[in-house]
Amino acid sequence: MNDLNMKSLEAKVVVLGSQGVGKTSVVIRYVGGMFSKAVSPTIGASFFTYKLTLEQYRVKLQVWDTAGQERFRSMAPMYYRKANAAMLVYDITSLESFYDIKDWVKELKKNVDTPIVLCLLGNKSDLDSGRKVSKEDAAEYASSINALFYETSALKNTGIEDAFLQVSKQLIHLYETVPNSGMGSLISQQPPDMFAGSQALKLPDRQEPGQQQTSESNCAC
Amino acid sequence: MATEIREAEQNASVSDSDSGQSDFIETNEIPGKSSNTLLVANDSFEDLSYAELNNTIVASPMGTINSLVKKKAKRSLSLPEREHVEDTVSESEVDDSEVETSEICDDSQVDMIEARVTELSLQETTSQTADAQIPHLMTNTDTDYVNSPEWKRQKKHIFILSESGKPIYSRHGNEDKLVTIMGVMQALVSFVADSNKDTLRSIVAGDHKFVFMTRDHLTFVGVTRGKESTQQMFLQLTYMYNQVISILTHSTLTRIFKQHRNYDLRRPLSGAEKFFDNLLNLMDVEPGLLLTSVRCLPLDSNVRDIVSQTIAQHAKVKDLVFALIIAQNQLVAVVRMKKYYLHPMDLHLILNLINASESFKAAESWTPICLPKFDAAGFLQAHVSYLDEECQTCLLLLSVDIEAFYTLSECKAKIQERLIKYNALAAINNSLKRNSYSIQQCSISDLRHFLYKSRSTAQYTSPELEAPYNTKEEKERLFGLYYYLHDRIHTSGRTLKILFHVGAYETLLGWVTTGFELYAVFGPLVTKMSAIHAVNKLLRWIKKEEDRLFILSSVTF
Repeated sequence: MNDLNMKSLEAKVVVLGSQGVGKTSVVIRYVGGMFSKAVSPTIGASFFTYKLTLEQYRVKLQVWDTAGQERFRSMAPMYYRKANAAMLVYDITSLESFYDIKDWVKELKKNVDTPIVLCLLGNKSDLDSGRKVSKEDAAEYASSINALFYETSALKNTGIEDAFLQVSKQLIHLYETVPNSGMGSLISQQPPDMFAGSQALKLPDRQEPGQQQTSESNCAC
Repeated sequence: MATEIREAEQNASVSDSDSGQSDFIETNEIPGKSSNTLLVANDSFEDLSYAELNNTIVASPMGTINSLVKKKAKRSLSLPEREHVEDTVSESEVDDSEVETSEICDDSQVDMIEARVTELSLQETTSQTADAQIPHLMTNTDTDYVNSPEWKRQKKHIFILSESGKPIYSRHGNEDKLVTIMGVMQALVSFVADSNKDTLRSIVAGDHKFVFMTRDHLTFVGVTRGKESTQQMFLQLTYMYNQVISILTHSTLTRIFKQHRNYDLRRPLSGAEKFFDNLLNLMDVEPGLLLTSVRCLPLDSNVRDIVSQTIAQHAKVKDLVFALIIAQNQLVAVVRMKKYYLHPMDLHLILNLINASESFKAAESWTPICLPKFDAAGFLQAHVSYLDEECQTCLLLLSVDIEAFYTLSECKAKIQERLIKYNALAAINNSLKRNSYSIQQCSISDLRHFLYKSRSTAQYTSPELEAPYNTKEEKERLFGLYYYLHDRIHTSGRTLKILFHVGAYETLLGWVTTGFELYAVFGPLVTKMSAIHAVNKLLRWIKKEEDRLFILSSVTF
């Protein structure tokens, strides 16, 4: 009975960040529930899917785990172009990886014109003794770009679940408030209206202009 | 080492006869022959002259991807890479004319040049120190490193450096510490280029060979004291060059150096070192690279048909150029777009990509790859996934559409489902477990090992390595024998059809016809007549097994 009221939502999440910050480890921890010490560098990008039920939605996350290596940098637009959310991962023991995030944000702002949920992840929080990026600095930066912020450890499994859950919540919010968020029309080449039909989704009623404005400014980066 | 050299010099009784031909051919049927082209098969080793090599890359069907893409009018040109495709085509045309005008000399001249260079280089090393820059760079740690026994002990060194002498890659040791020695290499190359308007190709000093290749602002240097000939080393350097192109594309490479002659190419190549390492390791154990041909996984032809038909049926999507299944460096099936063929050298790069990256085992991947023989100017997009739990059977779908991932992902799911249903995956796994085949199955006494290449299909077959070739040293020695045999037969300007060679530990027979190349290794006491008899028997055996050992039909979408 509940099933009938469930709506489904498909969203594309892109994971960005420098080489070796643990993007793949974070994704594998979340999607596969495990940690491997011997994760080899990603080539191109790996594709994962994750399904969860949240509020009234069955959410299917299509996670693009991108390669951090410089030579794949020019391929990044391909992966973030239609993304609904971006996880920006840095390594708390590497200041450089944190600074690289700023470049990513700049690039996203320039090239992505649809609203996008941002989430900053300071990974390797288990290596607190080698910390180079303070939690305060990162949190301040995150709020300046309207991003969620979590410190995570793929090894200890902290923060990752929360981060993806919050991102999913924001995605739902975005979906409900911004009609052209681009979600749900990712899988096929069919025109979006056809797809929306097959998803059996009612487009939500228009919100008051004011609210829509804020959510857009929240999410558009 | 020493005994081997003696063996080659003293015990060698070489016969190369055209008259003996009639004894050999008992059948007109060439095992593994097929008129259905699957791979590009027009390259023979003789083509790998310096001139040809320079030409092949430039004259390769440049802009193939571009023309495929152009067919799709609404293609979005959002990627920066695309913008450059057009002007590279014209660039490459310029390159082409340059190559043709700088006339490359024939082999007699090559020998002379080599001799001259050897003299030259000896003078050079003394005059080199006068060069202001080099002694300055010569720090203690650098020289210590190069003189370390560990570094010196290596049998083969491969270096890549930029035109300005910047280190890019070294097979052994950290290239950072090799600035000095790479400076010397660059000095040698540019000295010959500047003062003689000539090209430095090789230096032979004692049992070491130094082979140089300059291409697109990069200098490739190979140093070996193994059995490889200069030309075989040159082929290895060409594979290295292809690997660079595969990562960057020819257009990006030339653009980078056009803009910054001093550019540190290690940045865009970072993380790719393992592909170079792995490719070089592969060259030492995989005869396919030497033979520019690939090995197929032995499979019943009806199973193989099911596999290729399944792919052809369920991956019939626009812009998909090649679909292939590989397992443990062996080809299981290839399906291709009409008019387009896969070159064995490109296929080796694909095998190397799969072989060297663990990351594909985690999830479906989508990655750019440039296949230099197919189109050196742009990337194909590869959907890479494993079809079985053990991650042995790998499916690659190569498309020109950068947006095709989700479509191809659906194709993959269908293909996987069907292959499981038809028990084809299980058959592939069984074949992998059986380890190819034993030489005993041919039931030819005293035949220890062989390589058989079908030239029309660019595929080769060979049995498992068994005793006495089951230790690392013996495997290496066997490989050395093949290098020797291959080189003697293919030496440019004086190619042989048949070579019978009696060594201290084994007898070798090499036989090359228009249809095939056969390299056979026998026990030491085999006579010429019995070897010929055995080889004929072997050909009949391969003929009988050809459906299983080779892919003889070519499936298109």
